[in-house]
Order: sequence, then structure tokens, then C-alpha cells
Amino acid sequence: MSATQIALAGRGHLAFKQPPVLTSWATVAGKKETEGPLGRHFDRIVRDETMGEKSYERAERKLFTGAVDLLLSVAGRHASDVDLLFAGDLLDQIVTANFAARDIGIPLVGVYGACSTSSEALLLSAMAVASGSVRRAIAATASHHLSAERQYRYPIELGVQRLPTAQWTATGAAAFLVEDPAERESPSAPAKGDGATLRIVSATVGRVQDYGLKDPNNMGAAMAPAAADTILRHLQGSGRSVEDFELILTGDLGRVGHPLLEELLAEERVHPRERLQDAGILLYRDDQKVDAGGSGAACSALVLGAMALPRLRRGEMHRMLLVATGSLHSPRTYQQGESIPTIAHAVEVEAVR
Amino acid sequence: MEKKEYQKRARQVEPPRPVARNAFWAFLIGGAICLVGQGVQTALQGVGYSEETVKAPTAVIMVFLGALFTATGLYDRLTVLGGMGASLPITGFSNAVVAPAIEFRNEGAVMGTGARIFQVAGPVIAYGLFAAFIVGIVRFALRGVLS
Repeated sequence: MSATQIALAGRGHLAFKQPPVLTSWATVAGKKETEGPLGRHFDRIVRDETMGEKSYERAERKLFTGAVDLLLSVAGRHASDVDLLFAGDLLDQIVTANFAARDIGIPLVGVYGACSTSSEALLLSAMAVASGSVRRAIAATASHHLSAERQYRYPIELGVQRLPTAQWTATGAAAFLVEDPAERESPSAPAKGDGATLRIVSATVGRVQDYGLKDPNNMGAAMAPAAADTILRHLQGSGRSVEDFELILTGDLGRVGHPLLEELLAEERVHPRERLQDAGILLYRDDQKVDAGGSGAACSALVLGAMALPRLRRGEMHRMLLVATGSLHSPRTYQQGESIPTIAHAVEVEAVR
Repeated sequence: MEKKEYQKRARQVEPPRPVARNAFWAFLIGGAICLVGQGVQTALQGVGYSEETVKAPTAVIMVFLGALFTATGLYDRLTVLGGMGASLPITGFSNAVVAPAIEFRNEGAVMGTGARIFQVAGPVIAYGLFAAFIVGIVRFALRGVLS
């Protein structure tokens, strides 16, 4: 491994000299998510919110394991073929990833980035593979609407009126396989391999931003500055302009945070226009009573796996930037009157024939 | 954008709360719950309870109905629509106690349901007792002075 495999170009921007390949992915979605606009694009659907388990925490774990197992089977791999698992979730002590990894058996790097966990895990997988010392890594995340309600809000059966700025934690899980380009040449190339090759060419690590917003029922507004900071640093570090991307997919700013991000970028004379889309807005229809849109670690991961990556694979797009955002507060810091620190990690994926 | 300016901007883009619609549903659902309560009271008076003695059994039946609707997963739906109209009547208090009781049963009877049952209703009970205590002292002091 040479010191130049990953170049630090600009603040927090990592350029991969030997871009790792995103070969396969798998998505598992809940009932409400399946009723949304991306419904028929998920690989597996789970209609029972308890999944036959006695707690929602166990159900979330089952979603997670389901996505990893499905990924291994579509990629034609065994757990023993994978060197590292980068995974996290929204629950205390990231119990979903930690407990699921107990049975999966792949060495685990547990990650927590709230709803930015999807891009954080993908970024770390790409870094590990690009370093040359890891052949194959899986990035995975899961969230469950009801376990998140328990963790962050109120008892499920307690009657609480939702606010129009609140977002709806998505139920689902997704897993992504990142491989060394040399490894991909092996004869057991994945079935999904028809179409373009997806390469993770660079990534930008988020900086924690805090604009003093305190309302956990309005996380989109709190997270927009983190997304803006990361997008601007990514453009600066990669030397690209927004026109180079067909899609800049933010993760869960929702209907409140999305226009705020546009304003923050416009101040820096960056106008992504319709390229800028938000997973929290894409995952559900307007009439699904999710108020400001979707959120949760699975939200951006589901939209990435069900919509963005397939479009890259089919050659409908050539370059995208995933910018998943996370609110890093806990119920306790909120009760103590603290503002909400937020973060966003960016991963650039390009399609090559 | 400066932080103060951003906070102001964030408030401006917040979608407005549907106050008129909320008030309408709160009136309708809150009113409906009170109508049921009145019905229970009238029925009890019909079987011999007096104006004075009817209050306690009426409250007990309403608390039971609140618990039943919570356990069947209906009360939270009623509140999503009715807001304070569903939270304020005694059925809402019942919901606030039964919901955490159901919620935390996975964490055990002692540290789960037992420890968390008053998670939501606790403040009402604690400050209700405190207020009663203060009023009691004031009353005692006044009567002491007056008599």
C-alpha cells in the first residue's frame, strides 16, 4: 500500500487513485415505503412491522440482516469473502448493527452518523478498499419507524399530533458491496453486473455544523447548513462544478430543509437547480402523511439503492453525489436545551462503460 | 448566511400549522368524547346514582374507555386528528398512562412498565400534588388568620 492511494485534496476531500467499484446492493423496505413512488423498485418488501419479533428493536435487526443476506446472495458471495462490514443505525449503542454482526460474522466497524450513516459507511468502505489493503467491504444501515419513535420521541400508542415540519423515520435497510477493481475481474462477477461499472471516485468527510437550531421536529432546517458545507467543499476539492453531476442526492432534508439548502448554495453562487434532489422528498408521496418528508438512516440508503444506482447502472446518468445528512443530537441533549449539531458526508459515484 | 439570519430564514420557510383545521377537529373530537361522558353519566343517573355520587363511576368508565382505545391502537389516531380535543379529557390522561405501560413491557414488569408507566403523566401528577399542597397551605394560613 502506497501513501498516495488516497489523496487528501482540500479540506476533508478524499480522491481515490484506484476507485473502488460499487458492484451490488440490496434494499429491504417496509409497507409504507413500498406504497411510495419507489415502491416497486425495492428488492424485498416487509409488510409486518414487527416481522414476527417481540420487539421493534429485534424487527429492525431482522431488516438489517435481511439486507446483508440478500446482498450476499445477489453478489454470489459468502460472508467469508467479505473483509469488513461498515454499519450503523439510529438506536442507542448502534445495537442493530452490533447485534446483527454477531451472527453475520464479518469483522465490523460500527458507525454512527444518525441519518448520514448510509454515506458515512459507504465512504469508509470506499476508503478501506481504495487503501489497497481490503478487497471487499459491505456498507449497511437500517432504521425502523417504530423503534426510532421509541428512541427519540414518545411511546407509540401515545396520542401526539405531528407538526408540519416533522419528518417520518423510514422503515427499511440497505447494503452495498464495495470491491477492489482487480477483484471484480474474477469469474464469479455479479449478476447485476450488466450495464455500467459504478466507481466511487471520491468522497468528502462532513464537518459538524451548528446554526443554533433546537427543534428536533424540524431537523431538515438544522441539517441544511451541513449539506451546504459538504457540497461546497466537495466541489472545491474535486474541481468539479454542479453541472458535472446529473444528480446531487441529499439525505433527508425534507420539504423544509431542501429550499434552505438551495438558498445557502445560491449565496455561494452554486445553482444545482433540478439536479439537487432529496431522498426525504422522493421516498414518499405527498399524501402519505409524512409531513415534511422521510428521514432515518434507511431513507437515503433506500433511495440510493432503489433509484439512483439503478439509473447509473442503466446509463441514464453518469455521475452523482450522495450527500446524506445527520442530526447528531440525543433526546437528552435536547431536553438540556442544547442546539442540534449536524453533519453530512458526500460520496461521488460515476458510471463507466 | 449568519447564524441569526439563518434561524430567522428557517422560521420563515416553516410550513404554517393548520390552526383552523386543528381547532375544528379538536372541537369535534373533544366534544364527541364529552358527549359520550355525558351519556355515561345520564345512564348511571338512570340506574339510581345521585348528582353527587355519579362523578366517580363516570370517570372510571371514561378512563376504562381511554385504556381500551389505547390498547386497540385507536386512541393515538384520534389524537393525531383531534389534538388537545383528545388529550385534555380524562380519556387522554388514561392514554398517557396506558401507552407507556404497553410500550415498556419488553423492558420488564419492574424496570419497564413499572418504572416508565408515569413517564408522560408523571409531571401532571407531580405538579398537581404540588399545587394542591400550596393551595392547602394557603387555605390553612387564611383560616388560621380569619378564625
